[in-house]
Amino acid sequence: MTGDGGRDVTALLVGFARTLRHAGVAAGPDRVQTMLRAVDALGDVTPGRLYWAGRQTLCAEPDDLAIYDAAFAAYFGGHRPAGDRFVNAAPPPPSIAAPYASGPPGETPETGDEPQVLGLSASTVEILRQRDFALLTPGERDEVRRLLALLGPETAARRSRRRRPARGGEVDPTRTVRAALRHAGEPTRLATRRRGQRPRRLVLLVDVSGSMSPYADALLRFAHAAVRRRPTRTEVFTLGTRLTRITRALRHRDPDAALHAVSVAIPDWHGGTRLADALKAFLDRWGQRGTARGAIVVVFSDGWERGSPDALAAQTHRLSRLAYRLVWVNPHRGKAGFAPLAGGMAAALPHLDDFVAGHTLDALDELVRVIAK
Amino acid sequence: MTTALPDSPGALAEALATTGYLADDGLATAGFLALKLGRPLFLEGEAGVGKTAFAQALAAATGSAFVRLQCYEGLDAAQALYDWDFPRQILHLRAAEAAATAAASATGAPPDAAAIEAGLYDRRFLIARPLLQALETSPCVLLVDEVDRADDEFEAFLLEVLAEAAITVPELGRIAAETPPLTVLTSNRTREVHDALKRRCLYHWVEHPGFEREVAILRERLPAVTERLAAQVAAAAGRMRELDLIKPPGVAESIDWAGALVALGARTLDPDLAAATLGAVLKYREDVLRVQATGLDALVAARP
Repeated sequence: MTGDGGRDVTALLVGFARTLRHAGVAAGPDRVQTMLRAVDALGDVTPGRLYWAGRQTLCAEPDDLAIYDAAFAAYFGGHRPAGDRFVNAAPPPPSIAAPYASGPPGETPETGDEPQVLGLSASTVEILRQRDFALLTPGERDEVRRLLALLGPETAARRSRRRRPARGGEVDPTRTVRAALRHAGEPTRLATRRRGQRPRRLVLLVDVSGSMSPYADALLRFAHAAVRRRPTRTEVFTLGTRLTRITRALRHRDPDAALHAVSVAIPDWHGGTRLADALKAFLDRWGQRGTARGAIVVVFSDGWERGSPDALAAQTHRLSRLAYRLVWVNPHRGKAGFAPLAGGMAAALPHLDDFVAGHTLDALDELVRVIAK
Repeated sequence: MTTALPDSPGALAEALATTGYLADDGLATAGFLALKLGRPLFLEGEAGVGKTAFAQALAAATGSAFVRLQCYEGLDAAQALYDWDFPRQILHLRAAEAAATAAASATGAPPDAAAIEAGLYDRRFLIARPLLQALETSPCVLLVDEVDRADDEFEAFLLEVLAEAAITVPELGRIAAETPPLTVLTSNRTREVHDALKRRCLYHWVEHPGFEREVAILRERLPAVTERLAAQVAAAAGRMRELDLIKPPGVAESIDWAGALVALGARTLDPDLAAATLGAVLKYREDVLRVQATGLDALVAARP
């Protein structure tokens, strides 16, 4: 790229990268640099080459590809070169719908109705721990949010393949001989090793449909606490009319910032539920490949399913065969007179390892214990 | 045996084709850019679409050596990079000691302890694991397969080796690659690979081939397959991929299937043969039932 033409192309490409960033692809300046070098390396710029060079340098995961295709078509007015097919759902439209009951921090009234928020006594906390999330006043909600952030779910351990030095166990030839070398080749002591322990992966699937909206905020904060506890061993997805991976959004340190990022990422807040389809999408794209294998999988849902219960039963069964434990959290379970009669819930029930409530802080504490089991 | 580097994605696709790998435009462009920009190439895609085969073909097409590092949980530096051969070092030490003592009694000179010690950390006692092999062999294609299976700490370490194209063995000093290896990483997305690693790489999602390309791949890989059989297998595999199966067949499975049919002496695919050999292409009972339910007659029709 030389002369004015080169500058024009550069400006054009940088503009395209900006469009892409707005559409939600994390194409940072270094990626843009790489794209410019890649386009340069390809010589004559044809739409096809431009498409591939941009896609391979600006995108970083399959979720980016559909957005990229749409942005490319919109910006350059063309279409991706034909030849192969990439089946993916329509690109998620950037949505800025705010979640129910979790507006920007500070929006909740802190004066007036609830002057006694600060300095809750032990017994007040006790009562608060047993209050249903759906029935909290704004003041109580702030306190509950603070307590939720303190939860740190810890998963059960499994034996790791990596062996670590230990007293007892099998002989570690490498360390024994290395120690011998230090003593001019005289073996002085047998070094031993054992297989270590690693926490299992934790996968949280949170139903964000309309019927779950009173609990979505608390459950997503629970998910945030879990992600903060083990950032690389926790995966969080939301289930609604579609599947959305929100692990990345939840990595923000601050719960409010994380929840805001989540609300931006989820296109289907408070829509309907197609639980079976969303579970299937999770299993096809993530679970079967390994995310759910040997993991502790927790589904937060009331089991209200618009589709057929049979499909949900099939997907739950599939999930239970992959997961180490499958836990279902239904906020209605804690209520008097609850029976799992909702079509979806009854269908899923035979495949669960644990069925817990999760509608109060105490119930979530119970969930933490179940996860650690 | 180094061949000239291809000067366009098309030229690379041709060079790959001579090794029996038929790449589409996207993959050829990705490979070309990785060569030209000296960036690692990060490949993702369904299982069996030819990610590993691509790295092998790339090595053959560019006349480079091929080194593969298969990642697994618990992989550490001693298995990925280098390890000292301690037993041989001890043998060497004992032999040197005996020789020095004998020499000392003959000449009266004291044994040269420094020389023995220096001899102990010689390159010949260093066992090169894949990453060191890749640095010591130029030119070379390094395949880091299924990087998502390794622990996340391993990524930081890999990143360092890739960025420097050199490692430092404390006892020996720095070992740098003459030309940095062309690195291909594959992932099955069982977990998110760290951004820092991805940022250094070109990213490409490998897709299932279209009908024509799949026929060409089958005929390339299995010379014994008839044109009609290849077309039927490719069309059937394409239909299966649209059936919403638990494990849709990749190219690897359609090659297996065609191979099984050739082994049975088939020249065309009929419903009975398909029923008998479905196990070569579908690996879940649910999938087999589903395909049978949609009808094997429709499945084996020649055109997509």
